This record gives sequence, structure tokens and C-alpha cells, in this order.
Amino acid sequence: MTPAGKAREGKLASRSVQAAFLVALIVLWYLATTRWGVSSILLPNPVLVVRQLWDILKSGEFVGDLRVTLTELGIAFAISATSGVTIGYLISRSHYRIRVLEPLFAGIYSVPIILFLPLYVLFFGLGPASKIALGATISFFPIALNTIAGFGYVDKVFVVAARSMGASDVQLFRYVLLPAALPIILTGMRMGFTVALLSIIGSETIASLAGLGHRIVHLAEGMEMARMFAYIAFVVAIALILNTIVSALEARGKRHT
Amino acid sequence: MTSLATTLRSWLRRPWIARVGAVIALFVFWEIAARWWVDPMFLSPPSRVLMSLQAVFDTRGVPAALRITFWELGVAFAMSVVIGLVVGLAVGLQPFAQKSFMPIILLLYGTPQVTILPLFILYFGIGPASKIAFGVSHGIFPIIMAIVAGVQNIKPILLTSARSMGASRWQVLRHVIFPHMIPSFFAGMRLGMTGVLLGVLLAELYVSTAGIGYFTTLFTQNFDPTRLFGLIAVLAAMAIVLNEIVRRAEVHFSRWHAD
Repeated sequence: MTPAGKAREGKLASRSVQAAFLVALIVLWYLATTRWGVSSILLPNPVLVVRQLWDILKSGEFVGDLRVTLTELGIAFAISATSGVTIGYLISRSHYRIRVLEPLFAGIYSVPIILFLPLYVLFFGLGPASKIALGATISFFPIALNTIAGFGYVDKVFVVAARSMGASDVQLFRYVLLPAALPIILTGMRMGFTVALLSIIGSETIASLAGLGHRIVHLAEGMEMARMFAYIAFVVAIALILNTIVSALEARGKRHT
Repeated sequence: MTSLATTLRSWLRRPWIARVGAVIALFVFWEIAARWWVDPMFLSPPSRVLMSLQAVFDTRGVPAALRITFWELGVAFAMSVVIGLVVGLAVGLQPFAQKSFMPIILLLYGTPQVTILPLFILYFGIGPASKIAFGVSHGIFPIIMAIVAGVQNIKPILLTSARSMGASRWQVLRHVIFPHMIPSFFAGMRLGMTGVLLGVLLAELYVSTAGIGYFTTLFTQNFDPTRLFGLIAVLAAMAIVLNEIVRRAEVHFSRWHAD
């Protein structure tokens, strides 16, 4: 057999293992709920879950909560992206500032910022403001740190070469600094987006009035398990779609520089 | 006067002094803001928070809650490391298993686990078990990924030559794979610790009967920012210490690999 054919066969085999794994999981789930008498409060019937999911999608009940969560996410990310890139850029312009402030930012970043959620709730209330503030804080650090790393460590040779060829400040920024820094900044933005999404859904779960995280908790407290599983599947799908879109945008942005 | 300015300038030239200065300036700003500008119901000056640390520890149940949270973190981290190591080796050492199961692990790692937090409470109760389980679910994936990456990075020639010199499976594992895995293993442990902290604290804040989540809720609802700040400061210090221990261990154990 040719190596290419062998590789294709290997790929097919591992794909079928993955498919078998998923099918086995669903069959076990189904059997557990129908045959083995696992309480429907712990594990609802998968058929019921699919029906509920269909009902949620058809009735459009999710629109309100989805809009709340996405609005929070959009505002939080807009705040952290603009402030993170601006502050990161300003810091990266001097070695002194990098050496003073970068370890400080990295240190704060290593503290689990979710700890401050009770404070944010105290300051900003139970509504969207506290989620926006928390999401913006958490996603600020990866964006700012990557902006510092992007602009701060551009190879000196490029800068000197551009200057000696008579580049102006604007030209230096446009043709040397920005292309060198952009891939790293985009990576920071993707990381920031992911943690912003996580922390917003998380803080909605812990204390909130609306949003997808709130909806899941609400259903859990009402013991409507099938609908809750359906919502979990929905939120996971939304998160995966958003993360895929952001990764694709990141890859695209990197290609264009 | 000029000599004072010169000393100040020469001090500020050292980055770490300037860094401490920036932190102090932040605290001074906070102190001023809390004393004169902001409603004391919401913000409490750092001096008062520092003074109240004793009161936080004297609050009935807080020391026990801190102990429980610390214990949850420790157990969750230990379980993440053990399970992560076993799964990581099982998946990483077999190319076929890796190709089959890595996408599934990546998919699980990419899902926002916080959506299933209510399920953890449902299955494991509102006690420490659910916090440990949720912490493990956050800590285990970075460790698996790091171990798989570490196993992958071993040069095939080392494995081949060990085998051709007649090493048994166990000997290859013990003398070739383990030593080469150490740096990525500790890198994974550091990320795993970050995950465990996030998972346990999220679950604590969500619902808690005896851990610190109970007290953060209590202090928030009583509009007692002084003690809330104090408790959060203690927890942040705990997180920093745990992170630092794992980071030091990483630096220490990956030193031989540098040359």
C-alpha cells in the first residue's frame, strides 16, 4: 500500500473510533435513562432533550437571553480590546515602562480575577454592568500583555534599517511595527475573547438577572432537567461557533500582514 | 533639595523600586477615593481593610471555611495531576490513540465548562465534593495536553536507541520518557493549577455551605466591603502563593533541560 493510502486509512480508522465513542456515549445515555432506571432528575432522556432543544429553537425563546449575553460580551470585549491595545502600546514605547509594568500586569493576571466578582456585584449591581466590568477586566490582561510583547520586542535591526532609509514615524509604525506586532496582538485578542465569554457566562451563572447562564441556573432550580440539558447544548454550540469565528478571524488577520 | 531629587531619580531608575512605587501610588489613590469620594457602603480604604484582617479571621466560621477551600484546592489539584498524567500517557504514547482521542479532548477543553456547573452541584451535592469535581474538570485538560505534547517532543532516535540496546518497556518509560517529559509536565501543572483555582473558586462562589463562597455572599449582602475586601485579599494571597510554588517547581525541575 502507498504511504498516502496508509495515512488515509489511519485517518479513517481514528475517525471511526471517534464516531464509535460518541455513538456509544449516546447509547449508554439512552439505556441509562430507559432501562437502568437512572432518575430523570439526574439524567433526562436524550430524546426528550432533543425535543426540548427543537422547541427552544422553534419558539425563539432563546433570543432574549442570547441578546443579553452577546451584548455584554460585545461591550466588554470592545472595552478591553481598545484599552488593552492602547495601554499596551503606550507601555511598549519605552523599555523602562516595560520593565516596570509588565511583571506587574503578569502578576495580576495570575490571580484568579473571578474572585473579585462579589466586589463587582457590590459596585455594579446584579445587572449586565457587573458582567461587562468583570469580562472587560479579565480579558484586558491577555490583550495588554500580548500588545506589549508584540510592540515591545520588535527586532531592533528592522527599526534601525527603516529609520536609516528615512522612514517617518507614521511609516515606521505602518510598515515595521504594526506588521511585526499584529499576529501577537491578534492572538492576545482571541485569548481575551475566550476568557471574556467564559467569565460572562460564569458570572451570569453565579449572580444575575438575565442571560444564558442565568437561564441554565433558573431551569436547574426549577428541576426542568431536559430543558436545562437542551440549553447547555445550545450554549456550548454558541460558544464553539463564536470561538471558531474568532480563530478564523485571527488566522485571516495574520495572513494579511 | 536637589540632592533629594537626584536620589529619587536614581532610585526610580531601578525597575523594581518603580514597580513598588506604582503599587503604592495605586493604594494611596484607592485610600483617598474610599475616604472622600465613594460611599463607604461600597468601597473601603485599604488601611481599614488591613486593620480588619483580624476581624475577618475572628468571624465565626471563616478560618474553617479557608481551611476547607484550601483542602478542596489541594485535593482537586492532586487528582488533576494523577488523572491527567495517566490519561496523558495513555493517549500520548500511542499514536493511534492520540489521533483518535486528542480531537475529543480538545473539543472538551474548548467547551465552556461553566455552563455545566449546575450539573456538578446536582451530581456531587453542595458540599466540597462538587467543588473538587469542578476544579478537576478545569485542571485536568491543560495537564493532559502538556503531557501529550511532552511525549511527542521526545526525539524518536532516543526511543529507538534505548530499545535497540535492549531496554524493556518500563525501562524506556522510566529512563527516557519521564526525564524528557518533566519540563512540559511542570508547565502543565502550572496551567493546571490556574484551572483548578478557577474551577474551585467558581463553584464556591456559585453555591457553598461551608467554604468561602458562603462568606463572600454574606459580606456582599450585608454591604460589608471591609470584611469582603479582607477575605478576597486573603484568598488572592493564597492563589498567588500556590501559583508561585508551582512556578518555582517548574523552573527548578526544568533546569537540567536548558543545556
